[in-house]
Amino acid sequence: MLVKIPSPLRSYTKNQSEVQANGSTVTEILADLDKQYPGIRFRMIDELNAIRQHIKIYVDHTQIKDTDVQLNGQEVIYIICALSGG
Amino acid sequence: MTKKISLLIGTRKGAFILSSDDGRKEWKLSEPIFLGHIVYHLVSDPRNRKHLVMAAKTGHLGPTVYYSHDYGKTFVESSSPPKFASADNEANGKAVENVFWVSVGHESEPGVWYAGTSPPGLFRSENNGGTWAPVTGFNDHPKYSEWMGQGATPGGQMVHSVNVNPNNKNHMYVGVSVGGVFETVDQGKKWVPLNKGIAADFIPDPNVEYGHDPHCVVVHPAKPERLYQQNHCGIYRLDRPDSTWIRIGDNMPREIGDIGFPIVVHPSNPDMAWVFPMDGTTVWPRTSPDGKPCVYLTKDAGASWIRQDKGLPSSKAYFTVKRQAMVNDFAKPLGLYFGTSQGEVWASDDEGASWKCLVSYLPEIYSLSIMEIDE
Repeated sequence: MLVKIPSPLRSYTKNQSEVQANGSTVTEILADLDKQYPGIRFRMIDELNAIRQHIKIYVDHTQIKDTDVQLNGQEVIYIICALSGG
Repeated sequence: MTKKISLLIGTRKGAFILSSDDGRKEWKLSEPIFLGHIVYHLVSDPRNRKHLVMAAKTGHLGPTVYYSHDYGKTFVESSSPPKFASADNEANGKAVENVFWVSVGHESEPGVWYAGTSPPGLFRSENNGGTWAPVTGFNDHPKYSEWMGQGATPGGQMVHSVNVNPNNKNHMYVGVSVGGVFETVDQGKKWVPLNKGIAADFIPDPNVEYGHDPHCVVVHPAKPERLYQQNHCGIYRLDRPDSTWIRIGDNMPREIGDIGFPIVVHPSNPDMAWVFPMDGTTVWPRTSPDGKPCVYLTKDAGASWIRQDKGLPSSKAYFTVKRQAMVNDFAKPLGLYFGTSQGEVWASDDEGASWKCLVSYLPEIYSLSIMEIDE
């Protein structure tokens, strides 16, 4: 499944903006990402399994709040860094 | 063998290394390290100066730790940064917002480091920052909610001032903002508050056991029974085995007050300490009193204080210096350094008698620490 990676996380993905990951839920996708790119998950997901405040995850064009959402295998996962600068 | 001195600078937008020549006269600034990352603390290990640990995060991403084994030339991310035990929801657990403080462990335990976090948490690494484990005796203490429940602070309530007694690896003190000072004698299994004598003007009970707001706590390296503390409510000294702090800030000039963030001690003279006063009146501006930056030195353990401002701006200068942002080196005469929220590093190579600005225009400075390189 295609996962779009924002620039703050590309240090983990060898600067790739798109990577492939496997899983039937976003939770599994994130686990697979962490397996491929160790440490990347904790920068997005905290110890309470909550998506961090300034990270947004979209399945296609729908933002999700719960990573247990089921996938059919055809979606694109967008990881987006919300505005938090200055 | 001479020791070349460098300043490790943590800022809101990355880290920098400012390196001196042998005489501390010429200084050279590195390129930014992790530009744009929030670097709360970057510390060199006096047991092995090649080793550094950096507490960092970004505006978007969660907290992490980087370590270096080559004097900061390259960094590697911790494979398991400080994190609380996983939990289903906020009611059952905590999530680290930032790693705020790093301290080296005891000399007899090479590779051991401690990290303090916000919300308040204490973590230990036994492999130079490669992985971290929670100090559960602190993080899961039965009274944790009571001790930490007095309210948050603007930057988040955090553990700071992690001090290991140089004479006893099992004896430690930590500071918690709006929590107080806590002590363990069994390397973190059990903890007790240590705040008697400290004012907490924001709590009605004058004899409250915890909930105080230490800004910076230092154990004297040559006389570990002596502690100094710059608190939200004054400057204090404690000589163990006594357990009642003495407010030595009462001996500061009234018009200056005794509020600030950092406190620095002379490494071999336990009666000498420096503070950087900031305005604690009205709405707590936390800038230099009357716009006139100054350092105050005591040579008699706080009985009296000497103003040191030669070379600092004489007016209309509103410096803020954070708790990690004032340090000493180990040269003779002793060098002192502070970094401001305006991104300037100031230095004295004569124990505070005179000051000069080493570098300007950096991002907001959060921390300074010393790295010595043997040459």
